[in-house]
Amino acid sequence: MRKKAFLIAGLLVALLLAGVVSSFASGSPDGLDYAAREGCTFNADDEITGGTCMAQREGEHQLGDSPLADYAVAGVDNEFLATGLSGVAGVLITFAIGGGLFWLLRRREKASS
Amino acid sequence: MHIANGIVDGPVSAIFIVVAVVGLAFCVWRAKLDLDDRLAPMAGLVAAFIFAVQMLNFQVLPGVSGHLLGGTLAVMLVGPYVGALCVATVLIVQCLLFADGGLTALGLNITNMALIGAAAAYLLVAGLLRVLPKNPAGLGATALIASVAGVVIASMGFVVEYALGGTTELSIGAIAATMAGVHTLIGIGEGLIAAITVVTVARVRPDLVYALRHFRKPVLAKAVLA
Repeated sequence: MRKKAFLIAGLLVALLLAGVVSSFASGSPDGLDYAAREGCTFNADDEITGGTCMAQREGEHQLGDSPLADYAVAGVDNEFLATGLSGVAGVLITFAIGGGLFWLLRRREKASS
Repeated sequence: MHIANGIVDGPVSAIFIVVAVVGLAFCVWRAKLDLDDRLAPMAGLVAAFIFAVQMLNFQVLPGVSGHLLGGTLAVMLVGPYVGALCVATVLIVQCLLFADGGLTALGLNITNMALIGAAAAYLLVAGLLRVLPKNPAGLGATALIASVAGVVIASMGFVVEYALGGTTELSIGAIAATMAGVHTLIGIGEGLIAAITVVTVARVRPDLVYALRHFRKPVLAKAVLA
């Protein structure tokens, strides 16, 4: 497989994972959040009702109002669409920033393949 | 494993912002030696791929999920320094655009997942590839073992940070035990994803697998995947 084809194929796999498969991901707290919540009790709205746990001092995110916050898209109500679109945006933005940064950092060689 | 704001206090969070900046600056300096026209676009792809896979939380216990951190995967595909920068790029994008991982906690998160994650993975992968059979199964086993150990070591980074700047009086031993337990399970999931990905890339384009070019003799690498 040529390198360009490999990159395009890899990017398509990433877009498929972030754009479609992501909607089927588990919604349970991750390992750290689980550990952080251990020791507290929670009500139906996920607010701490008692106990002692690491999460009790958790603060709001400074950028919690940003348009892609919490892997959704502001203004898109359909959850599947919001998650998928935010995933696609994230993959493309990460590729652009990461790829651009690494391209600028690379060693310049004459006539390198 | 993204730490939110307020879990670790301000002074310790600030110290780890400095740790992260110094660590990333070192990685940039060393990454320049690795990055050429072939590796640079591959590294961008690895960062984008890790972003995508980090969205895929998998269940490890009832009520507990986890996602890939990406350290081992990145180290095996693009090397330790570029790999750490890939994971850091993902964490910065997640924090600034997706409100995932506190802004104040960004230094802590970069230290744990990008710096500790990649450093642990690098040592484990380089060591394992000296002893494991030189074939795709060996490459897959390396990815699996290094992922499990690397994720648990990264999770201990959080425990140390919490011991230094935790905002409650909870027992550090109990936190360490919970973190190690759930992250062993998360590490197994991460290891399976990393193994499948690395072996797939090694079959399609072995020349794009950093671990095959740098962690052992190139002649052997050719023999393995011929």
